[in-house]
Amino acid sequence: MDMAIALILSQDGITNGAIYALLALALVLVFAVTRVIFIQQGEFVAYGALTLAMMQSGVLPATVWLLVAMGALVTVLDGGLALKAGQGRRAAGVAGWNLGYPLALAAVVGGLAVDALPLALQVLLTLAIVVPMGPMMYRLMYQPIASAPVLVLLIVSVALHIAMVGLGLLFFGAEGQRTPAFSEFSLELGPLMVSAQTLWVVAVSVLLIVALYQFFGRTLYGKALRATAINRVGAQLMGISPTLAGKLTFFLAAFIGALSGVLIAPITTIYYDTGFLIGLKGFVAAIIGGLASYPLAAAGALAVGLLEAFASFWASAYKEVIVFTLIIPVLLWRSLTSHHVEEEE
Amino acid sequence: MRADRLVLGAFVALLLLVPAILSPYYVTLLNYIGLYAMVALGLVLLTGVGGLTSFGQAAFVGLGAYTTAALTTATDLPGWLAWAGASPWLTLLVGLLLTAAVAVLIGSLTLKLSGHFLPLGTIAWGISLYFLFGTMESLGGHTGISGIPAIALFGWTLDEGGEIYYLIWAFLLVAMLTTHNLLDSREGRAIRALKGGRVMAEAMGVDTSRSRMVIFVIAALLACASGWLYAHMQRFVNPTPFGVHIGIEYLFMAVVGGAGYVWGAIVGAGVITVLKQWLQNWLPSLLGATGNFETIVFGLLMVLVLHRAREGLWPILRKLVPVRTVRRTLDADAEPLPRRTLPKAGELILEAKEVTRRFGGLVANNNMSLEVRAGEILALIGPNGAGKSTMFNQISGVDTPTSGEVLFLGKPVAGHDSREIARMGMSRTFQHVKLLPTMSVLENVAIGAHLRSNKGVLSSAWRLDRAEEARILKEAARQIERVGLAEHMYEEAGSLALGQQRILEIARALCADPCLLLLDEPAAGLRFKEKEALGELLKKLRAEGMATLIVEHDMDFVMSLVDRVVVMEFGQKIAEGLPDEIQQNPAVLEAYLGGVE
Repeated sequence: MDMAIALILSQDGITNGAIYALLALALVLVFAVTRVIFIQQGEFVAYGALTLAMMQSGVLPATVWLLVAMGALVTVLDGGLALKAGQGRRAAGVAGWNLGYPLALAAVVGGLAVDALPLALQVLLTLAIVVPMGPMMYRLMYQPIASAPVLVLLIVSVALHIAMVGLGLLFFGAEGQRTPAFSEFSLELGPLMVSAQTLWVVAVSVLLIVALYQFFGRTLYGKALRATAINRVGAQLMGISPTLAGKLTFFLAAFIGALSGVLIAPITTIYYDTGFLIGLKGFVAAIIGGLASYPLAAAGALAVGLLEAFASFWASAYKEVIVFTLIIPVLLWRSLTSHHVEEEE
Repeated sequence: MRADRLVLGAFVALLLLVPAILSPYYVTLLNYIGLYAMVALGLVLLTGVGGLTSFGQAAFVGLGAYTTAALTTATDLPGWLAWAGASPWLTLLVGLLLTAAVAVLIGSLTLKLSGHFLPLGTIAWGISLYFLFGTMESLGGHTGISGIPAIALFGWTLDEGGEIYYLIWAFLLVAMLTTHNLLDSREGRAIRALKGGRVMAEAMGVDTSRSRMVIFVIAALLACASGWLYAHMQRFVNPTPFGVHIGIEYLFMAVVGGAGYVWGAIVGAGVITVLKQWLQNWLPSLLGATGNFETIVFGLLMVLVLHRAREGLWPILRKLVPVRTVRRTLDADAEPLPRRTLPKAGELILEAKEVTRRFGGLVANNNMSLEVRAGEILALIGPNGAGKSTMFNQISGVDTPTSGEVLFLGKPVAGHDSREIARMGMSRTFQHVKLLPTMSVLENVAIGAHLRSNKGVLSSAWRLDRAEEARILKEAARQIERVGLAEHMYEEAGSLALGQQRILEIARALCADPCLLLLDEPAAGLRFKEKEALGELLKKLRAEGMATLIVEHDMDFVMSLVDRVVVMEFGQKIAEGLPDEIQQNPAVLEAYLGGVE
């Protein structure tokens, strides 16, 4: 291996690492606030990428119908409750957001010639379709059992992951998709050609991390989420609704997932089931951070990305094996430093 | 004949007849159900009973299948391994050993951590092994290994579905029987305490990390055996059935069937296998595309089960089976468990020397000293926030003093975990009751005797522990009668009133045969008569030479019962003496009543 190859591999590693870092942050956030281990994070990545790809090929993305279906269910449940309580205006609001919005979106996406739209608008529409599924999913699947043990929530996540992969196959087919790059230009740094997409990925990741940092540090909602993560009951007693915290967290996680998908779609071919492996690498990073530390998780993500890039050069057949074996020393270290017997929640 | 044995006999007879009546298609289906149920049984133990889970069971199945496939088809085994290729029965042994080694390795990495690290670790392990099977040339890559020989049993070659059927179901029934036996034993109670009772179990001397390891290894071994049978049934292996998604399917089987029940494994495996067959035929034509769309239904079904019937299908089906649970019989002739020799009355049992505990700037305990002697009851009292609970934690070894030390029978408590302290003869109750609500009162109390007995997993599984088990249960029943709960002995512990649950905790502590009893607010929630009875019991124990330290709020109860009182306020000892003196002590009156003008 010479310097040039090492640089190219590092570039790959950092690009992927930036994505894993975003995913790892979302995983840590979701776990801290809701105790849900968000296995289906990867499916949001795939849904984001493939929804964009479908739009670009001029087909109405089938994910819109999933959004409509989920919204209809939420409307029935929450609208029904509101009507029973005699809160007609609230019921109308529920129906507006959960049924009106998806239907309007379906009309817009179906009515426009989406493949002719500028990329920025396509990305925006993709996010508008995929991201609301996050809070709806929380409402339908997790809210009724929000106080269940971590293990039960984990099994629900795995079940949803399985269902989402199946739906992905139904929506997008078995073919892989790759979208065109955001821009064609590339940067020459000595021997290294840095592609625009790499810059996009890294820049957006950094921006998003800074934005999240500001959100958690400066805004009321961000602080409410942090409070919930630290002490769920205490936060609830201070008037922070755990339901709102859950939905907000899932909104952020879905946003991060879908955006990551949009970002990597020009770099990697995405299949309906690719998300799982991508999400799991985010998990490896999150585990490095003990599912608790954001900076450690981000550092872990870069390490996973680099390890993956170099492993694919030296032993490409064993790339996945090597990446997933990385968690062994991490777990070993954590296990050796932990002496405490605690009750599971 | 007991009804449960009759039903079981009918079930086995039906199983024996199946190959004669049903077509080969259904026999094959039943073969798969049997194989899957074996894996699901491991998950019942791990998930439903132990509160842990694994998504990597399919990888253990693969380990069993590939071990036997590679060894029985290889033509050039190295000399030291050549013996193993001779018979599938030898490769089963190799597979089980290999699986146990891998499971112990993964377990020792993750089982000390919070429960969710095991499933995450097993996902990673499942993926790694799957890719390894697919890429290793020597294992045939993605095409796999074919030409695996059939199993021979006493010269009978099981090379047809209807023949290996008997072997599969024999394996499964034996596995179910041993699992059932295991759960109904000393080790089984420790395993059942893992879900929601770890802190309590540790205080009773159970090594919960070890118990977690035991069930993880058993689950892995069951999966491995299933893989071995699978390889010799199919006579061919490739990586597909051993991926993580199949591992998830196994978990679905356990949860849908009823993860807390041995029979749930068969129900779950049956339902999921039949449903999968049906959906795979039906869904693609409905949706007009090919693919594994049954996962959509499975995923949503799973969520529905967890929302609506978290216990799974078996508890619902069980009502249809005309069998009542058999009540445990106590053997009055069982020999009593060995007892420790109690120290002589007046001997120093517990000594706290100038114990100080700081939390940052807060001094929760300042220079606290106290001692408890054999045959006396010492009360530790004080207003709320006085630091009693912190002191209790220092004494019971849950927390370590910043300075000073606590000596129990002359040995320092600090640096020992709850188990060792329990072994030394200190037994405790909890301020917030910690018991296993779905287990009977008898079984809850029996956990207290964990350290007074020693039969392990294998003897439990094969019922070699019955003599000792009878002794444990007799001792537990004796303690239950002693504290006055005899009429509730077979009820679920969770159905008792709070006061009775506190009494149950005392019985459990006594079952450990301690020489020092630590009671944290034992009279809270008791009615007057119950308090009187508790007082009588504690006096009787005192007469036998027991040392007791009690933290309590109820002054009437304390003053009429104890020998000496230590009063705390703001982390310090403000008074110590006989109950009568304490009641007159101006500092104490000030602390409790806000001063005498």
